[in-house]
Amino acid sequence: MSRFVRRLAGAPWRAIVEGAISRAVVVFCGVTVIDERVVSLTYPRGPSMLPAINIMGDLVVADKLSARYGWVSPGDVVQFVSPEDPRKTVIKRVLGMEGDAVTYLVDPANSDVSKTVVVPKGHIWVQGDNIHNSTDSRQFGPLPYGLVNGKICCRILPLKRFGLIDSKQ
Amino acid sequence: MAQLLAALRPIVNYCVGGTLVGLAISDRYFSLAAVHGSSMHPTFEDRTGEYALVQRSGLARYDFSRGEVVTFVSPVDHRSTLVKRLIGMPGDWISVPETSEIRKVPEGHCWLEGDNGSVSWDSRFYGPIPLGLVRGRVTHVVWPPHKFGRVDKRLPEGRVMPQRHF
Repeated sequence: MSRFVRRLAGAPWRAIVEGAISRAVVVFCGVTVIDERVVSLTYPRGPSMLPAINIMGDLVVADKLSARYGWVSPGDVVQFVSPEDPRKTVIKRVLGMEGDAVTYLVDPANSDVSKTVVVPKGHIWVQGDNIHNSTDSRQFGPLPYGLVNGKICCRILPLKRFGLIDSKQ
Repeated sequence: MAQLLAALRPIVNYCVGGTLVGLAISDRYFSLAAVHGSSMHPTFEDRTGEYALVQRSGLARYDFSRGEVVTFVSPVDHRSTLVKRLIGMPGDWISVPETSEIRKVPEGHCWLEGDNGSVSWDSRFYGPIPLGLVRGRVTHVVWPPHKFGRVDKRLPEGRVMPQRHF
């Protein structure tokens, strides 16, 4: 017992603790940098992207690099800060980039009337796949691209739906 | 060869570690920004090499005070970051000087203006700007040394009617 205690006392505690703390700090910083700039996981809720994304229970991967460098095109699903409440993150599909003319149904439940808008510079047009139950560019207008912070590329859970999120036109 | 790699290893470790720590601090706590242009004269003058300290902690609550200088992503070009003063929060009524109209700042948006109105591209041109585009508060000027100091909060007289206390 006392030999064990002597060995414990002889170990270079200070160096071990300093090494552990500095490694922990670097790992923590690495994780936050990767989560902010490379990839992160997100747990979307709501019916606006049915059938591509379920009301709840899906775990999807958000590709942050593509969003940061603008590698986004119509048909992609993106994640952005809501222009109506900056504390909310919203996921919708891109229908048009700057300069595109987007045609949409004004009131799909009641009439066939459609409107065409040209997306201004620096903005994109986003819509939920489930147009009957989605608050998107039809309500808040073209979205400034600076609000986009991720491109949803694939789903991890539930396992039986594991795979890429389809990019449809 | 193997000895050279072994000697380089700690240097590479320190560089990678330092970069990660630096990026994390810059994203979450504070960063430095070079300021160009004369739209914020006299708070910032158009000269090369003016640097401001941008605070990024506490942004997630979006509890800005009217009159703070903030950095934000331009609504017409996501690659450029601008610096202007936040003078209106959601729900406020702003009187736009040149057109004598009164506009209400919608939910989730803010009204930003440069101190030097005549040369500033700001909310008088872009309209209310979504709060999600704001990236940080400018708290101090750190370079050049003779301009070192806090950046004060200031509101233009008689143009903002606040609706709520922030």
